[in-house]
Amino acid sequence: MSRLTATFRALRQAHRKALIPFITAGDPEPDFTVPAMHAMVEAGADIIELGVPFSDPMADGPVIQKASERALAHRMSLRRVLDMVERFRSTDSETPIVLMGYLNPVECMGYRAFVERAKSAGVDGVLTVDMPPEESSELVSLLEQAGIDPIFLLAPNSTDERIRKMGQLGRGYLYYVSLKGVTGASHLDLSDVERKICEIRALVDLPLGVGFGVKNAEVAAAISKFADAVVVGSALVEKIEFAQGDSGRALDTIVELLKSMRTAMDASS
Amino acid sequence: MTVEHTSTEPYNLPDERGHFGPYGGVFVAETLMHPIQELQEAYYRYMKDPAFLAELDYDLKHYVGRPSPIYYAERLSSTLGGAQIFFKREDLNHTGAHKVNNTVGQALLAKRMGKQRVIAETGAGQHGVATATVAARLGMECVVYMGAVDVERQALNVFRMKLLGATVVPVESGSKTLKDALNEAMRDWVTNVDNTFYIIGTVAGPHPYPAMVRDFQAVIGREAKQQMREMAGGLPDALVACVGGGSNAIGLFYPFIDELGVAMYGVEAAGEGIATGRHSAPLNAGKPGVLHGNRTYLMEDEDGEIIETHSISAGLDYPGVGPEHAWLKDSGRATYVSITDDEAMEAFHTLTRIEGIIPALESSHAVAYALKLAPTMGKDQKILVNLSGRGDKDINTVARREGITL
Repeated sequence: MSRLTATFRALRQAHRKALIPFITAGDPEPDFTVPAMHAMVEAGADIIELGVPFSDPMADGPVIQKASERALAHRMSLRRVLDMVERFRSTDSETPIVLMGYLNPVECMGYRAFVERAKSAGVDGVLTVDMPPEESSELVSLLEQAGIDPIFLLAPNSTDERIRKMGQLGRGYLYYVSLKGVTGASHLDLSDVERKICEIRALVDLPLGVGFGVKNAEVAAAISKFADAVVVGSALVEKIEFAQGDSGRALDTIVELLKSMRTAMDASS
Repeated sequence: MTVEHTSTEPYNLPDERGHFGPYGGVFVAETLMHPIQELQEAYYRYMKDPAFLAELDYDLKHYVGRPSPIYYAERLSSTLGGAQIFFKREDLNHTGAHKVNNTVGQALLAKRMGKQRVIAETGAGQHGVATATVAARLGMECVVYMGAVDVERQALNVFRMKLLGATVVPVESGSKTLKDALNEAMRDWVTNVDNTFYIIGTVAGPHPYPAMVRDFQAVIGREAKQQMREMAGGLPDALVACVGGGSNAIGLFYPFIDELGVAMYGVEAAGEGIATGRHSAPLNAGKPGVLHGNRTYLMEDEDGEIIETHSISAGLDYPGVGPEHAWLKDSGRATYVSITDDEAMEAFHTLTRIEGIIPALESSHAVAYALKLAPTMGKDQKILVNLSGRGDKDINTVARREGITL
């Protein structure tokens, strides 16, 4: 059983929902990332999504675009992200790590070399934003052979047919993008999200995470009532941006936000 | 991979999922899959619909001014002393370039699909102007994304777009050029999918864009084939066209792909020279990867990050290239060469002074290669060059480069 599957199973038995923070690796600078990952686990994160910076983050809003630019200014790369996972893994063998990014750095490294290195570093899941299932067969089969879970996105306009397909192809969990738009956008309609999650649940067996637009503890708690996992990205990355290079302050503020989300989610479930 | 294309199997790419060999495809986030499938259905349906095609033909004739003529450059040819040079005059189209062939087509499609709002990316501003033009004519809302650097470089076209009623949004992210404008247009599309049609200006993007833009631009090659038979007594021996994203080149090449006696040369921008790294020539010096919805040759660093490109011509300043060109390169059917900024400038002046035609700096790259190619061929041979746009928009760039204050 994969670390992701085991994590969701344990959470279900404890009647808790997963809190999944996202930060961009190397933002605001490379030394920040691994200590921040440990701190987020301590603050109540169950799984960590680690963003792989890319020069052309087409699906991201301004907050994560700027995080990518900050990380790339420090010459962050897929290889260095994998080194960070390995360092994290040396003192935390339990928390699942999901890499989230775009396909080109993976293409550039080569699918086989990437999967081998991800495996040895201790990566649990890979979410490639711009790789829909139709184009994924080669990478997905290599990931599966290595025991790494391919994670897919679902959108408000995904058809039933596509939702079923993702349910068959995906492993670990499915990530429901709660609105039409880019990461960090506003105007989240929770009743719409809940309705769609119910529809998706009828079609697939995998745990369902909800992300895009989770701004505060209140929204996180509301989503945790009907979803299996709450993904928070831009709200955290914005805290890092506001700290303006002060790593101590960045860490304190993201820990504070995560703790408030954890508390609110646990109280509501 | 090298696969010889033979005449026994007619060329019929892309496949139903948009692949040209290993290139092309659909590489987008899930939210865009639904609008892309909608667009694929509309494209397959209307490209076979006689009423749609009749309306398109009418607009191309009466609004764009097609067919564009072929001009025999007699003085230039005799100066070079080799092959006879002919120009396909896309520069004479309404709005001054081939771009409008595609925007007229996509805007008609948007109208059929009931979309009230169109968006576009633009580099030099030619595609932005061509989109704003058709949007004005059809009374659609139009938003054009343009890199902040390009907004500065191409003030004249920015003003033209505004006159036409479009909103021009300067893009401040990344390298602030065409690729970033495309990213931003994609973000707009994903946010406003219900009422918005994204008019991509070149043969890139997710399927069906590379095939659809090609089909709208293929009018160039279809006309040229017939015109060359009538005017020059047969097909040309070689075609030459500049390649940024590659829409004017594929428009000329596509109807000739199965005519194996016709050589095809795509001309990329070598900028300050391929060896300097400051160029826009992914087919000559890049490697395959995935960007903007398709797999193709890209300019990237060793980690797969897209790198900044350079060309004197803003319209060629793009780190990728249409996936069909990637396939035509690998299959050996077309040859991709490159021309530096200096060579393009020289050709710009040569054509202006010898034939009285001021070419766009993009097209000057094609002209420059024809100037090299013609003397290596016989006097009985013919080269057809796609003169994809007129140079009026580039006068400021040329003056600045030569130290002249207007």
